[in-house]
Amino acid sequence: MASQRFERRTSDTEPGFTTASLPDIVFMLLIFFMVSTVLREQDIKVRTQLPEAEALTKIEQKRLISKIHIGPLKKGENEGDTAIQIDDALIDNRRAIRQIMYNKLQNEPRLIASLKVDVGSEMEVVNEVQQELREAGALRINYSSNRENPPN
Amino acid sequence: MPGLLEKRRDDREEGEIPTAGMADIAFLLLIFFLLVTTINVDTGIGMTLPPKLEDQEPPPVKERNLFNILVNSQGDLLVEDEPANIGQLRQRVKAHVTNFGEEPDLSVSPDDAVISIKTDAQTPYDTYIQVLDEVWMAYREIWDQIARTGQTPQGDQVLDQTYDSYEAYRSTLEPQEENLIREAFKAQISIAEPDTGD
Repeated sequence: MASQRFERRTSDTEPGFTTASLPDIVFMLLIFFMVSTVLREQDIKVRTQLPEAEALTKIEQKRLISKIHIGPLKKGENEGDTAIQIDDALIDNRRAIRQIMYNKLQNEPRLIASLKVDVGSEMEVVNEVQQELREAGALRINYSSNRENPPN
Repeated sequence: MPGLLEKRRDDREEGEIPTAGMADIAFLLLIFFLLVTTINVDTGIGMTLPPKLEDQEPPPVKERNLFNILVNSQGDLLVEDEPANIGQLRQRVKAHVTNFGEEPDLSVSPDDAVISIKTDAQTPYDTYIQVLDEVWMAYREIWDQIARTGQTPQGDQVLDQTYDSYEAYRSTLEPQEENLIREAFKAQISIAEPDTGD
């Protein structure tokens, strides 16, 4: 008698699918997005409107990239002057670039210097930065550009 | 008596931690991260700078193999000592590198051909990128052709199978794998050293 009742009870609870593993699935997705999220872009103090180009390559390995921003200052008393920013800091002395890039290269030998240069810049500053990069031995560079929309 | 047993069992079941809300919390976090995620890939024109020269002269390049592009401070082009415009550049670069010694003024072979881009201090960066882009696109079109036919313009078989484009081929490569197309048809683009002023 008692065993019969017990069996009936279990068959009662069987229907209705289990949602117990739902949090696991969601957590897995959550962890993926947490890992792939870059919450804060660097505070960029110079204006960099990138040029457009067709022959683009993608840099998949994000951790190899070191960004160098070149463009007119956004604010401050010297607004509009061409300035160079690496990471969060503006570079006052352009000779310092070689030391900064050299140190970065020691940590990551496959470093790619991504030059984010404003379209309105002149080649003088770009050449200067390139010479500094050569001094540092950071030879892999990338002129950051956006995809050109072909006129259709 | 059975009623009492029933009650005690009910009590025990309610003692569990309710996990139903867990999914909601996780979903909320998930949606937050979904919204703030930017999966943007950095794109740009890749170049390799020449290593620093320690007092030694750069290797000599024969005049006919060299394709000179000069961009002045106004953004005007001087290609092989003649004024030119950007629109013609791609075809001229292609003609130069795929010459195979036919025309006496153009390159002897693709491996010898060097495209040299020289800029002025006041050259607009935008123009420089446009010129560089055209030169790369000239090579890209040749590479596209290699990817589609599996053969270099000389007729050497480099690929076992064909692809829709060079990009399609490149996306199949592992990071450490050798790029056979670029290996077979090397691009040699030189960014001329700026004049030091003397």
